[in-house]
Amino acid sequence: MSAVMLPRKVTRKWEKLPGKNTFCCDGRVMMARQKGVFYLTLFLIIGTCALFFAFECPYLAVHLSAAIPVFAVVLFLFVMAMLLRTSFSDPGVLPRALPEEANFIEMEIEAANGNIQAGQRPPPRIRNVQINNQIVKLKYCYTCKIFRPPRASHCSICDNCVDRFDHHCPWVGNCVGKRNYRYFYLFTLSLSLLTIYIFTFDIVHVALRSVDSGFLNCDSGHCLVSLTPYCTVIEVLVCFFTLWSVVGLTGFHTYLISLNQTTNEDIKGSWSGKNRVQNPYSHKNIMKNCCEVLCGPTYPSVLDRRGVMAEDSLSSTPSPPTSDVVATKSNPVTPNTKTTAPLIPNEHTPDEAKPSIAAAAQKTTKEEKVSSPRDSGPKVSPAPIVVKESAH
Amino acid sequence: MATEFHNLQELRHSASLANKVFIQRDYSEGTVCKFQTKFPSELDSRIEKTLFEDTVKTLNNYYAEAEKIGGHSYLEGCLACITAYLIFLCMETRYEKVLKKISRYIQEQNEKIYAPRGLLITDPIERGMRVIEISIYEDRGSSGSSSGSSTTSSSGR
Repeated sequence: MSAVMLPRKVTRKWEKLPGKNTFCCDGRVMMARQKGVFYLTLFLIIGTCALFFAFECPYLAVHLSAAIPVFAVVLFLFVMAMLLRTSFSDPGVLPRALPEEANFIEMEIEAANGNIQAGQRPPPRIRNVQINNQIVKLKYCYTCKIFRPPRASHCSICDNCVDRFDHHCPWVGNCVGKRNYRYFYLFTLSLSLLTIYIFTFDIVHVALRSVDSGFLNCDSGHCLVSLTPYCTVIEVLVCFFTLWSVVGLTGFHTYLISLNQTTNEDIKGSWSGKNRVQNPYSHKNIMKNCCEVLCGPTYPSVLDRRGVMAEDSLSSTPSPPTSDVVATKSNPVTPNTKTTAPLIPNEHTPDEAKPSIAAAAQKTTKEEKVSSPRDSGPKVSPAPIVVKESAH
Repeated sequence: MATEFHNLQELRHSASLANKVFIQRDYSEGTVCKFQTKFPSELDSRIEKTLFEDTVKTLNNYYAEAEKIGGHSYLEGCLACITAYLIFLCMETRYEKVLKKISRYIQEQNEKIYAPRGLLITDPIERGMRVIEISIYEDRGSSGSSSGSSTTSSSGR
């Protein structure tokens, strides 16, 4: 048997990245570690739409218009594209400081602090910057060893600092940050439309059928037809519960966008209150704020996932302790619906997210999306968005 | 270039890394990418202040161009949204185009200005757009230099 020359396995940078993300497709796909709720989202959307296309659409296409299923298909594809884009893309993770940069910052901090008496606690590491005539405090991240840029925050579920951190959304299985916020917003918006659409046409379908032939008189000879009432009921139930939360969430994010705020800032009350700083990032004009958030430039990922690691740096790179970055293309990590999201103990960083989503992930009967505490409207015990400690 | 005391290739082989300076971000105008033009004291003896400031200002201009919100970015955003962002599979975004320009500019600056003075600029994108890292090299032959492994690479993306 002739010897087969195996190609030398190339180590890509994503395999050595610290943080608790999982990577698929050789670094092209980046998600959080716990993906159980994301699979639930997929199941609900695909399942409901499949029932709609199978049972409602044939009747509606014939009796009303063929455009109805066509538009539903387009909307469904858009929703899926936005969901996958939100879930699989880099939210805007800031890479950790390399040792030299970390040392440089440490030296600057020590120089700024001056001499400290032995036994005295060093002052908190904060840098003040002036943005649009407002003083904004930049906090130091002990995990990433950087001063976080304004609006950045550390997600303890993913163990990364994310730029323009909004929240960690378990329903999409990823953080929502600068790079994927608009996809997330378009996802909630299009999902609201899809839910309303399916709900409306379910009602129309029921109404038409009851006018046509009497709703409950289903001919037992027609198996497909007799199943329809049950499917319609399932769809209506799913849509009803989804509607309240998703539409509410879309409304909430529309409000945030018009003010150019993030969920994180809203929950912490960064810009509200009399003695607090006013939002320095807002253009004070709703249209301008919306345009900046939704039509702004598409930021590139600064996390080099697919770069090839140089051979000499492989040995010197400290391997991250517990980050199990899984390298499978065809065999993704099994959905982990286990509860505990380990917390990284960081002193001086009171804004670490609690593992409250761990508790929420346990409640598998929930069908509505995660919504912020601000949402009004009847909901079935909303799970808090895992962002930070709730300030209120 | 061969007659220069240091060119880029020579720099890594015959010189050793002495120190690194990190130019921090300037957040006075918000979250746009902009770097401080304050001249670091470590570079005092190595390069003229005006050359350094020119480099940083040009980089700031490039980043401002990339992040400019105007007609072009709206058009790009709307077009991309209509196609469910699939258009980015075949089209390069404006930001990516400008990043390539920046990479070429840094390469050119390194070759013409910085390497002859024993300095090397690392593209900020390789440091998460947080800092401009400038590596200071000393000749291996010269005395009093702290030797260290030169691990910086300035290859653009």
